[in-house]
Amino acid sequence: MLEVRQLQVRYGGIRAVKGVDLDVGEGELVCLIGANGAGKSSTLKAICRLIASDSSRLSYLGSDIRKSLVHELPRRGLVMVPEGRGIFPQLTVHENLAMGAYARGGGDPAAQYERFPRLKERRHQVAGTLSGGEQQMLAIARALMSEPKLLLLDEPSMGLAPQMVAKIFEIVREIAAQGVTILLVEQNALLALELAHRGYVMESGEISLAGEAKRLLENPRVREAYLGEGAG
Amino acid sequence: MDTFLQQLINGLTAGSVYAVVALGYTMVYGIIQLINFAHGEVVMIGAMVAFTVINALAPSGLPPLAVVLIGTGCAVPVCMLVGYSMERLAYRPLRGAPRLAPLITAIGVSIILQHLALMIWSRNIMAFPQIIESRTYFIAGAAITTVQIAILGICVLLMGALALLVYRTPLGTAMRATAQNPQVAGLMGIDVNRVIAATFVIGAALGAVAGVLFGTYYGIAQYTMGSVLGLKAFSAAVLGGIGNIPGAMLGGVLLGLVEALGAGYIGDLTDLCQYGWLSGLIDACAGGGHFILFGSNYQDVFAFVVLILVLVIRPSGLLGERVGERA
Repeated sequence: MLEVRQLQVRYGGIRAVKGVDLDVGEGELVCLIGANGAGKSSTLKAICRLIASDSSRLSYLGSDIRKSLVHELPRRGLVMVPEGRGIFPQLTVHENLAMGAYARGGGDPAAQYERFPRLKERRHQVAGTLSGGEQQMLAIARALMSEPKLLLLDEPSMGLAPQMVAKIFEIVREIAAQGVTILLVEQNALLALELAHRGYVMESGEISLAGEAKRLLENPRVREAYLGEGAG
Repeated sequence: MDTFLQQLINGLTAGSVYAVVALGYTMVYGIIQLINFAHGEVVMIGAMVAFTVINALAPSGLPPLAVVLIGTGCAVPVCMLVGYSMERLAYRPLRGAPRLAPLITAIGVSIILQHLALMIWSRNIMAFPQIIESRTYFIAGAAITTVQIAILGICVLLMGALALLVYRTPLGTAMRATAQNPQVAGLMGIDVNRVIAATFVIGAALGAVAGVLFGTYYGIAQYTMGSVLGLKAFSAAVLGGIGNIPGAMLGGVLLGLVEALGAGYIGDLTDLCQYGWLSGLIDACAGGGHFILFGSNYQDVFAFVVLILVLVIRPSGLLGERVGERA
């Protein structure tokens, strides 16, 4: 569904992503884990064309998207939930959801209100007044309004209390179960690997490990570096 | 008392036009944080195009209302095109540049448009032909003309329509979303460039109508009329809180009122002969004469006094500046 080859991102003279290869198959839940500054977010932003990048191949549903414009991709079902949630703080919850459906000319938020009753309660409230967890729910619900085929999630657990993190991950699991393909970027490696089918580990701009999520969970290097266990 | 009521009516009329022009400034600022100094010139072009058409059609014997409507109907698309072109050619290439670059460019665009108008229409003042028979009504001693009623009505209608567009339609919501976070708006499938262009075009259309109204009210149009009108409308936008749409409406009306009331009373207040100890010193006061320091020709000063006061006392304006608060 998504094929990335030799992806490079530069910020000025600094190479943040140094030739990343990555695949996401239809119906898969793939996670990209790694430490802060490893280039995970840059990879995601490059895929949805938010930042300039070089690659030998960047294709989505079989077509080259290296020259696509940011706003064209959501219309084709490639949608990102940005890092830090990126809700529109001065629009109401309802208006935020309406913007999610903008790409396909409007849609009914009923299904999202059913999934997130909390959002329904607050639908006329300005989104900036929601709690962090509610804002993350809104960001995910808004992305789902566009009926994505491939959903890119950038650090959905960031800044949330553990209970809320568990809830968000449960929601991600549900969405995946409903057939949406997901590429998840996370610092919380344990949760991400428990959820995903496959995983990629990123270190200073390169993929250092890749494979079945279960295998990565057992990999001593992963356990040591990301799951806080001593090598032993 | 009738001076007060009279100036209230005059102030509301001028103020509602300022408000419509101020919307053009504030919408553009709200979405790309640019003070589009060329907006006053768009208003001027609206008036000039309309006056040209109206003057050409005046002898044709068409009903006066139809002539004015056709004139406005020509001015609006011309101004929309001017608004679109300046965004596309002058400002879009500078998106992402330091804020000073588009600001200086805006001043440049303003000069270019003004001189284009000078080349097309010369420096002569164009007069509004005597085709409308304005009737005057009296309310408690104050006069209000049909033209004033029409201007007030049209401005209220325009502001209502804009509020509906911005707060009730998908395009309006997309405009507000883009103003708050253009990157994420793009991720939602919103073509940010198109939304920004639409903002310019809508502001220009409002400006065109305002130009026609303003020209009709004062009966004249000239290639320089955009500068002072533009600066006043800009002051009105700052007064209400730049970037804030209801603020621009409120600011425009208030500015019109301050200006009219100021002009109405400044003569009386600065008549030095009414101050006993001074009148003895001034020969002109002998026998009930007047010595007026500032006359109503100081009208234009008030807008800028207001601008300075707002910037000193409450820079965010009455209703608050649109701040890009991120949650």
